Amino acid sequence: MLEIKNLHARIGDKEILRGVNLTVPDGEIHAIMGPNGAGKSTLSYVLSGREGYEVTEGEVIYNGQNLLDLEPEDRAAAGIFLAFQYPVELPGVGNANFLRTALNAIRRKRGEEELDAVAFLKLARAAVRSLHMKEDFLKRNVNVGFSGGEKKRNEMLQMALLQPGLAILDETDSGLDIDALKIVADGVNALRAPKFSALIITHYQRLLDHIVPDVVHVLANGRIVRSGPKELALELEERGYAGLEAA
Amino acid sequence: MSANMQALAEQKYKYGFTTDIEMEEFPRGLNEDIIRLISAKKDEPEWMLKWRLKAFAAWKQMEEPDWARISHPPINYQDLYYYAAPAKAQPKSLDEVDPELLKTYEKLGIPLNERAALAGVAVDAVFDSVSVATTFRETLSKSGVIFCPISEAVREHPDLVREYLGSVVPVRDNFFAALNSAVFSDGSFVYIPKGVRCPMELSTYFRINARNTGQFERTLIIADEAASVSYLEGCTAPMRDENQLHAAVVELVALDEAKIKYSTVQNWYPGNAEGKGGIYNFVTKRGACRGRNSKISWTQVETGSAITWKYPSCILQGDGSVGEFYSVAVTNNFQQADTGTKMIHLGKNTTSTIVSKGISAGHSNNTYRGLVRIAATASGARNHTQCDSLLIGDQCGAHTVPYIESRNTSAKVEHEATTSKIAEDQLFYCRTRGLSQEDAVGLIVNGFCKDVLKELPMEFAVEAQKLLSVSLEGSVG
Repeated sequence: MLEIKNLHARIGDKEILRGVNLTVPDGEIHAIMGPNGAGKSTLSYVLSGREGYEVTEGEVIYNGQNLLDLEPEDRAAAGIFLAFQYPVELPGVGNANFLRTALNAIRRKRGEEELDAVAFLKLARAAVRSLHMKEDFLKRNVNVGFSGGEKKRNEMLQMALLQPGLAILDETDSGLDIDALKIVADGVNALRAPKFSALIITHYQRLLDHIVPDVVHVLANGRIVRSGPKELALELEERGYAGLEAA
Repeated sequence: MSANMQALAEQKYKYGFTTDIEMEEFPRGLNEDIIRLISAKKDEPEWMLKWRLKAFAAWKQMEEPDWARISHPPINYQDLYYYAAPAKAQPKSLDEVDPELLKTYEKLGIPLNERAALAGVAVDAVFDSVSVATTFRETLSKSGVIFCPISEAVREHPDLVREYLGSVVPVRDNFFAALNSAVFSDGSFVYIPKGVRCPMELSTYFRINARNTGQFERTLIIADEAASVSYLEGCTAPMRDENQLHAAVVELVALDEAKIKYSTVQNWYPGNAEGKGGIYNFVTKRGACRGRNSKISWTQVETGSAITWKYPSCILQGDGSVGEFYSVAVTNNFQQADTGTKMIHLGKNTTSTIVSKGISAGHSNNTYRGLVRIAATASGARNHTQCDSLLIGDQCGAHTVPYIESRNTSAKVEHEATTSKIAEDQLFYCRTRGLSQEDAVGLIVNGFCKDVLKELPMEFAVEAQKLLSVSLEGSVG
C-alpha cells in the first residue's frame, strides 16, 4: 500500500506540491489527472527519487517503508517502477544486457538468486511475445532509434520483467496512436493482481478506456482537489479542468 | 578525504603490491659505461652495442618533445636506474623460475604454469628489465613460430633482428625512441614464418617492480608473407609516491598478405586521487604494412598511467594494405593522456579506420591527436575517423586534434567527432531500474566504448570492461 501524507516539494524556490494526500491500497489502480503544470510529473519524480526535487514536508510510505529515505535504485528494489514520459536513450547498451543487469540488480537486493543468460533470455523472449513485440527488440540499443510507440512498449517490457509492486506511469500515453495505447494498457492489465497497484498519470481520459481505474484523482495547483470513481474522468473530459483549481 | 577513505580509494588499484626479491641493479644514471654494462649483461654481439651507442649519441643531441597537451616536472634522467633484474641466474625452463616471481604473476592473474595458463595464450613475462619466463615455446616452435625475449633473439636470430630492428622506428625517430634504443633491456620477439597462422594468442605481461627504475621494453613482431598473429600486452606496476618512467618501442612488420593484430590493456599505476605518483608512459608504437594487402590492427584500452603519450601508427606502404586503430582512453583524477594514431598512406588503394573513444573524469585531461597523411602515390586511398569524447563531471577536459594532409585528389578522408556528457537523465533512468550509480556509469561507459571493445580478444574484452568500471569508480556523485 502506498500512502502519501501532506507532501510538499519544490524545485529551487518554486513550490510545486503543496500538501498532497493520497492512498493507493494494494490491488487498485488509481488515475491522476490534471491540467498542465499541476505537478503531475513532479509527483512521479518525487516518488521515484529524482535529484533536484526538495521535499520540504510530509512523508511517503510504501509497504511500511519511508520511500523518501531511499535511493532511486533501492526504491526500485522495494517495488517502485516509473514508466517515463520520455524514455531515455542509452547508446551502445544492448536492451537485453540492460534488462538483465537491471533485473539481477533488483534480485540481488531482494536476496534472490541472479539469472544466468539462458534463464534470462527465456523469460525475456516470453515477455516480448506477450507484448506482441519483435524479438530483435532485445538486440537493439536501449531506446536508440526507437519510434515513440516503440519506446513506450519498451517501458512495458521492462515493467513486465521487473514485476513491480507499484507502477507509476507518467503520461505514458502521450503521443501514442490507438494501437500503442492498447499495448500500454495490456501491459498494465496483465500485471493486475492483489499485490499490484498502479498510479496512472494522464492528461487525457482516453487511456482510461483501456485501463479502467478504481479511483480517479484530480491534481491541481499541487494538491489533490477531487477524487471519485472512474466516471469522474468522463466528467473532466466533458467540462475540462476549469474551475477545479478553486475547488 | 579521511585516511580511511583514501586507503579505500587506493585499494581500487589492486595490482599495487611490490614483490620482495633480491635484485641486481646497475648504478643510477646514464652514460656509455651503463650501456656497455647492459650490453655485456645480455651477452650481446658487438653490432648491437654499436647500435646502442649510436642511439645514445643521437639522444644526447635531442630534446624532450613539448607539443603534447601534458605537463610534468622535469625528468632527471641521471637520477634513474636503467637496469634492474632479479638477482638469481636466468632460468632455463619454467621449473627454474623463482617461486616468488611465479607467485607475483599468479597474483596478477597470469599463471605461468602451462597447465594453469589460459588455454590458447602463450605468455612472455617481463619483470623490470628482463624476461623471466616465456610459456608454450615448444608448442609454438612446432609450427615454426619464434616467440622469445628480444635479448635472446639478438643472440639466437641475429639476421632477423639486424634486418628489422629500427626499420620501422628509426633510432632518431624521437627523444624517447632514441633513449629506448640506447638502453632497452627486454621485451618480446615474434617471428611468424610464411603462410603460418600462429596457433595461439601471444602475449607479453610487463611488470615494473623496482623503485626509481625506468622500464624500457622493446618489442619486435614480424609476420612473413601470408602469416597472421594476434598479440596482447598487459601492464601493471606497484603504487608509489614518486613517478616512474616507462619508455617502450614496439615495431611491427607485415609482409605480403600478412596480418598482425596488436591489443593492449594498459593499467600502469595511475597515481593517487591527488595526482601523486604514477607511471609516465612515453611509448612509440608503429607498424609497417610493407607487403601487398597486408593488415595491421591496433586496439588499445588505456586506463592507467599518470601520463600517457602514445600514438600507435601504421605505415601503409603495400598496395591494398589496411591499417586500423581502435582506442579507449580513460582518465580520472589528475591523469593526463595525449594519445591517438598516425596513418601514413603510401600505397595505392590503402585504407585506414580510426575509432577513438576518450573518457575524462575528475580533474583529468584527455586529448586525441591524430594524423592522416595521404601521399601523392596513394591513389584510391580511404580513411574514416570517428572520434568521440565522453565527459563525466565538469572539472575535466577533452580535446581533439586531428591533422589531415592529402596530396592525392582521388583519396577519400572522413572525420567525425562528437563530445557528450553522461546525462543526469541517463543515470536516473538506470537507477529507477535498480542499477546503482556506479553500475549505471559502467554500463553507459561500456556502451560508449562498444565499437572498440568488440575488437579485443574475448577474455580481454571482459577484463577491459571490468577495468573501465573500476577506473571510473567514485567519478560521479
